[in-house]
Amino acid sequence: MWPAIIVASLGCYAIKLLGVSVPRKWLAHPRVAHVAELLPVSLLAALVATQTFTDGRHLVLDARAAGLLAAIVALRFKAPFLVVVVVACLVAALVRVAA
Amino acid sequence: MADEELSETDRSWSTTRRGVLRDAIGVGVATGAYGLSFGAISVAAGLSILQTCVLSLVLFSGGSQFALVGIVGAGGAPMTGAATALLLGVRNGFYGLRLSRLLGLGSWRRFAGAQLVIDESTAMAVARTSPRSARFAFWATGLSVFLLWNLATFVGAVATHALHDPRVLGLDAAPPAAFLALMAPRLRSREPQVVALVAAIVAIASVPFVPTGVPVLLAAGVAVLAGFAGSTGFGSRNSSSDDDSSAVEARA
Repeated sequence: MWPAIIVASLGCYAIKLLGVSVPRKWLAHPRVAHVAELLPVSLLAALVATQTFTDGRHLVLDARAAGLLAAIVALRFKAPFLVVVVVACLVAALVRVAA
Repeated sequence: MADEELSETDRSWSTTRRGVLRDAIGVGVATGAYGLSFGAISVAAGLSILQTCVLSLVLFSGGSQFALVGIVGAGGAPMTGAATALLLGVRNGFYGLRLSRLLGLGSWRRFAGAQLVIDESTAMAVARTSPRSARFAFWATGLSVFLLWNLATFVGAVATHALHDPRVLGLDAAPPAAFLALMAPRLRSREPQVVALVAAIVAIASVPFVPTGVPVLLAAGVAVLAGFAGSTGFGSRNSSSDDDSSAVEARA
């Protein structure tokens, strides 16, 4: 188990370090800068989608979707961050109890 | 954008800072709740408490950690788990590309800052519109999540019972809701909205066909295509954030 833990841990740190160490000159080109700016949005959106609608390698529609919907509604009402998260958890848990 | 920059005089900076700090602690608390279940799942998968805590301290990337212990818990080879964890960790490298310009991390700070490059700190930093609040948001969120995630991992690992199903209390709905909330301020103009939507669709559509970790990376391709194709299309938002970045460099 330890070799896998060490490889994964140091490897993930190396990836992080590499990302912040790319010379700024390489990123100065407007198009490259634009891509770098869009990356977090696209990665986080993909993360939200996969965390909500997949289970392993299957597409599923379950209580998490209700939780996400509740989060969107809470955001519409400009709820603070923790409220958004708690509302999503509560709705997902309630949908599971009801089902 | 310019509004917040102008309003962030020293007088209002303390107000901004208090708001960012409150959000950073909120993110830490929400992540901590998930960290409890990570600790529990990891020990339930057969890892020792020490191994579990080393993952949270050194690997420190929730998605990768859950994938690693999930695969081991399901009877998979540890190295398969490590490979999946690395694949999931690649997105942190992409975050770094954006953050290094925004944060102006120099010398030793880069080594400490790199470890804090995760979904939460990135989302909080890119949601801010001035370089100063972006930098503060990055460090505050990164440190808050680091502390609470590790504390929660330890507590969860020790108190394994009842927690190893994150679906209890709907905890599995927390991360997507949190990321959406963190991303929301970035989704006010058309281009990021379209990119987010297409990235989400690409990721979901590819899930049945590619290994774990790859769908989110395919979404990076959406950003690359949009960035190259549309760099003249939606100019205003863009150019002002370039100003942000150069301001960081000037101050750094």
